[in-house]
Order: sequence, then C-alpha cells, then structure tokens
Amino acid sequence: MKKKEVVIVSLLIIFAFVLKYLIPKPVEFSYTVSMIVIILLGLVFVYILIRTLQGQLIGRRVVFLLVGISLSLPFFMKLTLNIPVSPEVRSVYDALQKLPPGSKVLAAFDYDPPSAPELQPMAVAFMKYAFDRGLKVIIMGLWPQGPQQADQAIQSAFKAEPSLKKKIKYGRDYVNLGFQAGNEFVILRMGESFKAMFPSDLYNTPYDSIPLLNNVSNFSNIDFCMDFSAGKPGTAEWVQIAVDRFKLPVAAGNTAVQAPMVYPYLNSHQLVGLLGGMSGGAAFEKLTKKPGKATTYILSQSFAHVVVVIFIIIGNVAYFSRKKEKK
Amino acid sequence: MKRQIPFALVFIFGFFTIFQYFVPHESSEWVYEFLLDWILIIGIFALALGIWSLWRVSIDKINNRRPNWGYSYVTLAGLFLMIIFGFTAKNGDSWGYYFPFVIAVLLVIIMLIQTIKAKGQSKILYIGLALLFLIISILIGYFDKSWSIHFSTSEGLKNTMFQDFFDYILIPILSTMFSLLAFFIASAAYRAFRARNVLATILLVAALIVMLRFNFYLPGAEYFARTSTWLMNVPNLAANRAIVIGIGLGVVATALKVILGIERGYMGKG
Repeated sequence: MKKKEVVIVSLLIIFAFVLKYLIPKPVEFSYTVSMIVIILLGLVFVYILIRTLQGQLIGRRVVFLLVGISLSLPFFMKLTLNIPVSPEVRSVYDALQKLPPGSKVLAAFDYDPPSAPELQPMAVAFMKYAFDRGLKVIIMGLWPQGPQQADQAIQSAFKAEPSLKKKIKYGRDYVNLGFQAGNEFVILRMGESFKAMFPSDLYNTPYDSIPLLNNVSNFSNIDFCMDFSAGKPGTAEWVQIAVDRFKLPVAAGNTAVQAPMVYPYLNSHQLVGLLGGMSGGAAFEKLTKKPGKATTYILSQSFAHVVVVIFIIIGNVAYFSRKKEKK
Repeated sequence: MKRQIPFALVFIFGFFTIFQYFVPHESSEWVYEFLLDWILIIGIFALALGIWSLWRVSIDKINNRRPNWGYSYVTLAGLFLMIIFGFTAKNGDSWGYYFPFVIAVLLVIIMLIQTIKAKGQSKILYIGLALLFLIISILIGYFDKSWSIHFSTSEGLKNTMFQDFFDYILIPILSTMFSLLAFFIASAAYRAFRARNVLATILLVAALIVMLRFNFYLPGAEYFARTSTWLMNVPNLAANRAIVIGIGLGVVATALKVILGIERGYMGKG
C-alpha cells in the first residue's frame, strides 16, 4: 500500500468517525444550503470542463470522489423527487389490489446480497403492502441466499411498521420454504407438487404442519406470484414455466440492468407487471403510500446519473473540440 | 460400449421428454415427475462438486504459492466457518467453550491443508496436530452443554454467529463489490464513451435519455421520461425479442443435435 493511499484511507476513517460520533443527528441541510452545495458542485464541473478542453483529463480518483459526493449528499438534503409511476409498475399494483384479503401469494426471492441494495427496498415495500392487505405470503428461493433476504425484508417491514409485527404470525400469515437446488426444474416440479420440492420449511417444520399450506398443493392453489430476481434462474424461467405451462399470474421485481431484458414478456402480457430497479421500487412505494428506502435512495441515484451524464458530455465536448483543432 | 450407452440414454430420455409434453396420461406424468426428481438430485451433486472444486483450486494456489495465495486460507476459513455455524446452535445464554471449539476445528482444517503440502517427517507432524485438534474439538463438543451440534435440522439458521456473519460480513462485502461499479462506470464514461460514429452516437443519446428519465427537477424531464419509455418499449423490445427468439431456435437446434448424437461435447469430445 502506498503512503498516499494510507493517508486517504485514514482521512476517510476520521471523516466517518466525525460523521458518526461528533456531528449531531439528524444531519439535514436546509433548502438554501442544498442549493449552495449543488451550485458549488456545478462550479467544480465547469472547472473540469475547462481542464478537459485544455487537454488535461482529470484523474479517476476525482471522478470517484465526485460520484461519491453526488451519491451521499442527497441523504442530507431536504429535496423531494416527484417520482413518476410507469404503466408496468401500476400494473403490478393494480393486480395486487384486485386480490381479496386471504389470497395466497408466492414470493420468489431469486437474488443475493450484491443485488440487495436495489431489490431489497422493493421487497420490503411488497411485504409491508401484502401484510397490510391481509395477503398470505409463501416465500421460496431459487438462489441460496434468497430466503435470508426474505427474512431480512420481513424484519425491516416489521421495524418500519411495528403494528404489523403484532398482527402477522409465522405459519398462518406467511411461511418461508427456503432454498431448493435445481433452478427452473424446481418451478417445473412445483407445478405438480409443492411438497415434493419443500417437504419442510426453512426452520424444518414439516409441510403438513404449517396451517398456511394446508390447502396448497401446486400452482393451482396460488393466486399470484411475485418474483424478485437478479438473473438466472429468475423472471425468464418463471415466465417460461409457471406462466406458460401452469397459467400462474406472475409479476417481477428486477434490477435495472435486467429489466430491459424482461420487456418482451411484459409486452406479450405473459408478465403482469414489472418493478424495474430502484425507480420501480420507489414508484411502488408511492402507489402503496408507504415511503421507504427506495424513495430515499432514488434521489441519490438520480444525482449520480446526472453526474455520469455530465462526465459523458464533458468528455465528448473535449473530444470534438480537439478533433476540430486537429482539422 | 463406453460411448454407445450414454448416446442411447440421451436419445431415449431426450425423446421421451419431448413426447411426454404432448401425452397427458397419468403414467407418463409419473415417469416425468420421477425424472424431474433425478434432475434435482443431480443439481445437488453439482453443489457438492462446486465445494470440492473450490477446495482443490484453493489448495493448489496455496501449494504452488500462486499470486495472492494467502487469500485462499481466508476463502477456506470462510467456507468452513459458515458450515460450522450452520451445524451448531446455542442452547442457553452463554456460549461456553464454543469459540475454542470453532478455532480447534479451523486448526484441523489448516493442518490438513499443510499435510497435503508437506513432505517427509513434517507430514506426520501435521497429521498428528490435525488429530490433536480434532480430539480437542470432539472433547469440547462432548462436554460443553451450552451449545449443541445439529446435523439434520435448521437450528444453525438461528445461530447468532451464522446470521451475524451473513448480515454484517457477507452482505456488506458483496454489496460493496457491486456498488463499485457505479464509480468505474462514471470513470469509463468520462474517458471512453465517445460519439465516434453513428452507432456510438445513437447508443450515447439513448443512454443519456434513459439515465435522465427520473430527474424530474431538470427542464424537459417529461420529454425524457416519455422518450425513455418509447426506447424501452419499441427499439429495446424489438432487439430483445429478436435475441430471445434467436436463442430459442438455437436451443432447439442444439437439443436436437445432442439427442441425435451429432453434438458430443458433453462427453468431453467435440
């Protein structure tokens, strides 16, 4: 490790320490301070543009620092974003809204911690909404860490709305069947028998002893399926098997990277709706009137997007001006 | 015979699975379900194979002192730590001698790694040490009643250590790795994302519009949102649909080649 890097890491640790222990909380900038910060950032970009036009590209550490600032500053700002609700998000909400209380919803958690920052907020929002509406949630995972993510989502939902914790009971209102190896073949086998795939739940309770699963033998006893997916096996497999073969209505929550690949299923109405990335989660929170982490994070993400766009523009302006000079 | 039997099996099961789809008879369904269970069993073997492969690769790295070989110890320690946590659970308020037990088991693993690497007398020494730590761990496990081992239950999932390692180590590490993408994308966009030709310009403009669709504090935000929706629903959809159909046709063609014995790559020969 170089001396310079040691200094940077030490400064970051000191900064984190100061932020955690010395600054009174909650830290929140007023509207004026927020605007001043944004203007200062704008001036920094003007300086970068001038330097780039002079043929001096700025170092990548500066780029990293600016992205870091743009991601973290919105957490302290009082700005609110008017989150647009796309038709695909509204379709998910409408489909859930049509389900009467007591309907059985299968929630497939097909993701792991790397995708959690994007998918976990929408999973929490879904759990809050489902429990509030009195929907019965059956959780499973085609990814090994999926069921743990589901457990975390439920705990977060209970923490955000303590009244739910008193109302909701494991085994009666929700159950976590855990992970099963076999990718899409698990879905295929579940179409015949849930019990064959999950003889017991995550906590080793036999399938037949769980009240919620008393009348659940296969997909024909499920009213709706919500798949949170970050790749394969995931939404495509659920559509190809559960939707096409067993006619189960499926909606999906995907990472922003995966969402464009799911659009063909959406347009052909094989998929009921789609929560795409953080924005999908934020829009769903808006519709359910339960703002959560997605609503907070979307501002941060949109700031970062603007910074990336500015960098692209600066890079291209410099590229074309140099090209012109050469001519 | 060594080649004919696998070909025959692939041919029979391949064609049976195709025809089964069109035969909704009870007996055909039964055979189909039986085959599905077999696929899952094979899938579980793949997990075991994965763990074995990780062990082999890490041991090889340690033995040959390849770059960053020290991290292989961390990988193996992490693997076995989670397995230990997953099979053990606290019974009361105190952990008792649980942590000495965990350390003893880890030392057994380390000594076994050293045994593979060592030659001559040091091999015997490491085997002896591995046995010693194994006995210590068994003795702690036998006499310490504050925790217990559960092989066929999910008690380990309730183990605080298992959950804490998942919540406070695995999740932050993996999330951090993924989050770093944002920084590298920004840097790469600044340095390399140029409108050098028509195709690159189309890609760049599309990327800018899609990225700006949620910034409703910017002027013209409505326009970006509408254009972005059109981009996703028309050009993106058309391209993705073409890819999906292409993949589908490719899968059918490859499956037929495998079933008919034209494609033999799965046997390790082209």
